[in-house]
Amino acid sequence: MGDELRLTIAADVDVVEARQQGRALAAVAGFSSGEQTVIAAAISEIARNILMYAKKGEITLSLVQNGDRQGVSIIASDQGPGIPDIERAMQYGYSTSHGVGAGLPGAKRLMDEFDLKSVVGQGTTVTMRKWRRSI
Amino acid sequence: MNTKKGTTVMTRPSEGPGSGLTESSAGLLRELVAHLRQNRTQLREEWARRITRAELLTAMTEEEIFAEATAVYDNYVEALETGTFEALQAYSRRLSERIIPRGVETDEVVGIVLLLRDVLARSLFTKYQDNVEKLNRILDSYEPAANRIANTVAVGFVEERERIIRQQQEAIRELSTPVLQVRERLLILPIIGVIDPQRARQLTEQLLRAIRANRAKVVVIDVTGVAAMDSGVANHLVQTVEASRLLGATVIVTGLSPEIAQTLVTIGVDLSEMATVGDLQGGIEEAERLLADRAPPSPPMRGELPPETSR
Amino acid sequence: MEVPILRQGQYLIASIQSALTDADLSHLREALIAQVGRSRCRGVIVDVTALDVMDSFAVRTLRDIAHMARLRGAETVIVGIQPDVAFAMVQLGLTLKGVATVLDLEEGLAFLDGRTKERTLEVKPKRPSGRG
Repeated sequence: MGDELRLTIAADVDVVEARQQGRALAAVAGFSSGEQTVIAAAISEIARNILMYAKKGEITLSLVQNGDRQGVSIIASDQGPGIPDIERAMQYGYSTSHGVGAGLPGAKRLMDEFDLKSVVGQGTTVTMRKWRRSI
Repeated sequence: MNTKKGTTVMTRPSEGPGSGLTESSAGLLRELVAHLRQNRTQLREEWARRITRAELLTAMTEEEIFAEATAVYDNYVEALETGTFEALQAYSRRLSERIIPRGVETDEVVGIVLLLRDVLARSLFTKYQDNVEKLNRILDSYEPAANRIANTVAVGFVEERERIIRQQQEAIRELSTPVLQVRERLLILPIIGVIDPQRARQLTEQLLRAIRANRAKVVVIDVTGVAAMDSGVANHLVQTVEASRLLGATVIVTGLSPEIAQTLVTIGVDLSEMATVGDLQGGIEEAERLLADRAPPSPPMRGELPPETSR
Repeated sequence: MEVPILRQGQYLIASIQSALTDADLSHLREALIAQVGRSRCRGVIVDVTALDVMDSFAVRTLRDIAHMARLRGAETVIVGIQPDVAFAMVQLGLTLKGVATVLDLEEGLAFLDGRTKERTLEVKPKRPSGRG
């Protein structure tokens, strides 16, 4: 699937835009409205994470396919300060900012695949995917 | 679902004999097709005989086998001739639709296509046995095409089978998750059978929609018919209870067997927020009580305040 | 996007019309809490029927509204959470524990009526009516 959507995240309106675009893409991929909501919520969390810690970054949305499974891929990247203690950041309920600590671990719960790479001083990339159930 | 993709993945044109002999291989293919047309009656009969001898398609009569064999044979030759597989694909889909309900299995379909491939190859051996060099070239153009045909038919069959299985699963799921309204504002959800994550999700989505549609205040989820529950399903049940509360409905869980109750406690699922009653009858009575208390409405604010606010 | 806040009797009703940014949510929280104090109302209803997603920030804001309003003497009830939204919330681990939630505005009004009545009954014996 060549078509991917790149969205700049630099203000809180961008978070709203990103999750709306994500929901629309999930609808195209054939996800149920319940799953579309879940995907939109996960996007909201990682987009806000960019805003809170890096101020600016990018979210790339695309359709993916694995055999006959269809899914969506969401990549959030920033050149922010990076996460010094990834293990801690992924603990549910842990937050250094004003969230409820559901941000990254919350997004992980919602998705099928979740990968976090971060280098202090260079930035963070979150790659997550959700696959459509076979039915 | 995606018929085209499945077949293209499995059969690559690059399996062909090499690009150098396109012109002559086209000629050979023509010769091959002519041979198969000429000997249609005999080869077709031979094939049908071997199908019967191998005890394939036992669910079908000999006449039926011969009729299908004729159709497959003609489609086969046409696919060889034209190099296009759409007609064969469509035919194998229709064939599968006809024979799957009669209990024909995948190995039988694969078996008959491979038999046809062998019958035809043998006839080529016989025809060209005096000219090994030509035989080899004929086989070079026959084999990849024959393999691709076998693939197309087999994949068509499997896809049709999967489609039917999916349809049936869907139907079973809907049958097995009835959300019942027993009286105004009271829903009952009896769960029977095995709950996998997929079914659990579907159950929850159905229940939440039903709560909204029926303006339900109380839901009784009866799990008497659930044999076992792992931590995943138990946590899902907890989530269902929490999500129902967000829609303003109180959930009562009934029929947790002693075994399940023990498992849940052992694996440490937090059921403290869940109202449970021994059996369905008791659950409905409790629900009636809750509904009766509702004028004035009872506060659903059962949980405690998070630590950061002091009471 | 400003969220309109209506006053109906003893209650304030904030009815969210469309997707809100974090700033909109924070603004709603401040506006509601300021009005609770000014109008000395007894109940707050936040209608979220129009929200098709609720993430951790939105849920935290709603919780804060409920807790702050309580400290200022008003009960809060969240109404209109959509089924899909509720399911996504609990999967995220956001359960709005300790905050009242009901199906819709009508239920919300009935809920607050019940609560404020209860409260008045509780409070009366301790506080003689001749006071003030």
